Amino acid sequence: MLKFIFHRLLQLVPVLVVVITVTFLMAKKAPGGPFSAERKASPQVIERQNAYYGYDKPLPVQYFRYLANLAKGQLGPSTTYPTETVNQVIARSFPVSLQVGTLAMAIALAFGVPAGVLAAVRKNTLLDYLPMSFAMSGICLPTFVMGPVLAIIFGLWLHWGNVAGIDQAENTWLPPIFLPALTLGLFYGAYVARLTRGGMLEVLTQDFIRTAQAKGVNSLRIILKHTLKGGLMPVVSFLGPAFAGLISGSFVVEKVFNLPGLGKEFIKAAFNRDYSLILGTVVFYAVLIVVFNLLVDVIHALLDPRIRH
Amino acid sequence: MTRTLFFLPFVAALTLAVLPVKAETKADIAAKNKILLIGNGTEPQNLDPQVIKGVPEHHLIMALMEGLVTNNISDQSIEDPGLADRWEHNADASEWTFHIRDNARWSNGDPVKASDFVFSYQRMLSPGLAADYADMLFIIKGAREFYEGKTTDFSTVGVKAIDDHTLKITLVGPTPFFLSMLLHTSWYPVHPATILKFGKIDDRVSLWTKPENYVGTGPFKLKEWKPNEVITVERNPNYWDAANVKLNGIEFYPIEDQNTEERAFRAGQLHKTNEVPLDKIPAYRRDNPSLIRIDPYFGTYFYRYNVTTPALKDPRVRQALTLAIDRESIVENVTRAGQKPATGFTPEGMGGYKTPELVEYDPDKARELMKEAGYPDGKGFPKLDILINTSEQHRTIAEAVQDMWKQELGINVGIRNEEWKVYLDSQTNLKYTISRSAWIGDYLDPITFLSMWITNGGNNNTGWSNAEFDALIGEANRTGDEAKRNEVLQKAETILLNEAPFGVVYWYTRFYLLSPHVVNWNPLILDNHNYKYIDLK
Repeated sequence: MLKFIFHRLLQLVPVLVVVITVTFLMAKKAPGGPFSAERKASPQVIERQNAYYGYDKPLPVQYFRYLANLAKGQLGPSTTYPTETVNQVIARSFPVSLQVGTLAMAIALAFGVPAGVLAAVRKNTLLDYLPMSFAMSGICLPTFVMGPVLAIIFGLWLHWGNVAGIDQAENTWLPPIFLPALTLGLFYGAYVARLTRGGMLEVLTQDFIRTAQAKGVNSLRIILKHTLKGGLMPVVSFLGPAFAGLISGSFVVEKVFNLPGLGKEFIKAAFNRDYSLILGTVVFYAVLIVVFNLLVDVIHALLDPRIRH
Repeated sequence: MTRTLFFLPFVAALTLAVLPVKAETKADIAAKNKILLIGNGTEPQNLDPQVIKGVPEHHLIMALMEGLVTNNISDQSIEDPGLADRWEHNADASEWTFHIRDNARWSNGDPVKASDFVFSYQRMLSPGLAADYADMLFIIKGAREFYEGKTTDFSTVGVKAIDDHTLKITLVGPTPFFLSMLLHTSWYPVHPATILKFGKIDDRVSLWTKPENYVGTGPFKLKEWKPNEVITVERNPNYWDAANVKLNGIEFYPIEDQNTEERAFRAGQLHKTNEVPLDKIPAYRRDNPSLIRIDPYFGTYFYRYNVTTPALKDPRVRQALTLAIDRESIVENVTRAGQKPATGFTPEGMGGYKTPELVEYDPDKARELMKEAGYPDGKGFPKLDILINTSEQHRTIAEAVQDMWKQELGINVGIRNEEWKVYLDSQTNLKYTISRSAWIGDYLDPITFLSMWITNGGNNNTGWSNAEFDALIGEANRTGDEAKRNEVLQKAETILLNEAPFGVVYWYTRFYLLSPHVVNWNPLILDNHNYKYIDLK
């Protein structure tokens, strides 16, 4: 097992090199630069600003300098936030996205798994159709619709929580991260429900379940002990990348609820041509994806003895 | 029975929670504590008055810093005494002497000295600082030479500290509008000891702007800066006019999404928004006119014509395009936020200067001009593109113009949409035929709108050049008499409008939501509010 994990971690290096190279080239080749503006500064000013950040050097020099700094763990200076480094930007915005993402995932699982199980066990009854149509509408309703709807209901009508910002407003009691997390949680929960249902149905038709039923095992026990373990496999595969995506922040939800999270930095960096911040957030995201995929594989191996061999 | 009793408190709590109780909002409580809550657009990049270039930064500097003169409570064409309590100038307004008031203090208690200004202007003009607005100071004698490295001796530049309280500034020529320029942040002083504590005089990136290090001259001082969350300023007891500052503090919230900001206002999280979503303006004007404010703003929305395009080389074609834009209809039906159809390039609202008002809507004349230029009913006219940056509003306006040109002139234009930085790049390199543009004045003088059109001007971006126009701008810069200077500038603008390297659309307005708690928030054409006058009730 340890050998397996070590091998997978080694694969991280080539993955990162490819990701960095492609991102670097795409960012540098995009028209425009970090210092252009509607009221244009003189060419000398732009030149000096470029020189300050070393953007006047030939591309290969910039590229290898970036790699050298990255090896030391330095992601470079940000041009959007001149008084901060990219490390600092990620360090302050990631915790916000991590909290929102983790709560969202908890909500998604709390809604999705029971709904999916219920639908699978009571296949083709009202208890199947109802949660599944609910899930389908959850998938179809994008977060930029769901977010404002929740903000209006819980923020404007009921005054339970913030409509914007991470600072708890007076006379509200919902934690400011709750509504953003609920927005994301409902969306991901819908996927989880459908995947759970599918996985459960597949397992429920297998012979060992029928054997258990024939032996007169309590049906709750069949579901919890025998079916769920296999039935959740598709959910686990989905969870890895989904969780990495969730905790690295959602641009839409952070915009709708005005949260200082990482998702916003990711998109803004691209718009602002903030080269170091683009690379920094992409690298960070790539590492998260690889690590979570690895975790998924480990969990798979634990759940399914066949994979271990 | 016991079961019912057990659930009773929960049911009661739930009912209470569900019923919308009219509790005091954040804004109500903040108003009592005299803390103003403002939506401020995007997260500021910097709080160094000499490095900043954006509007949100500008709004913050107005609280943290003050210059020699400061903004009036209700009229932007009047300069109130700031750090200087009086000043005088010679006959042609090319030599100015400012007397810094005895009680002018930095927020750390240090006295504000004339030499601080000399240091600050040296910093602003240091090539290494690469300040976007360094050219604002080029009207000081010798400033351009110093900036361009022809000399490294700053004593050759026309800024002198006669003594601690007397500052003398010598300008390259007569500048009757000098005071209005001084309202711009690029003329504000920075604290020399603090700058040097955190780096060299010309370090562009410096940690002096962190809250724990910041030293300013404004009515408020920097208390807290949480990026993408809030910037908090609190009353500055060392401010010379601290006794007349009404607020205890201001919280600036960077909220980029207009719909989110509007919800935050309705939920009582803000006293003032930065903007209002365009589609909500009609409803507010109808149902809640007391909450929405629409003020004239010192900006022009226009279409640049690339005069190096063969079809647009002929001024008659450019005029025809401009004549065929129905501005009235655009502001009535498309933008719908009280904008004024532009009749010239320089907006209304400046005391002495008035634009020549040459732009009109006259489709017949437009057709006539097209015919003269060899495109009767648009026949033979190549297909041009309107370049816009990604935005619903720009697209709708472009579609309206596209339709007008098709209807009136029989020509087909396309719409090309580009992401902001790509769009800027295309515009700079003349990789467009027609381009949506905007210009916001930096200070209250027509020159900030007209000088950009000189030959090879950095913001000309049309390829247009006219020797007579250049000469008139030069003449205006040498003329001290205000009436005469305005006349020269009007002549220049007349040439500009007749040559039409652009077609104007409308003059901007600023629209925002304002809570009834806020007192003294007056319409100001440059939108630079002096927060010391603002109060909450």
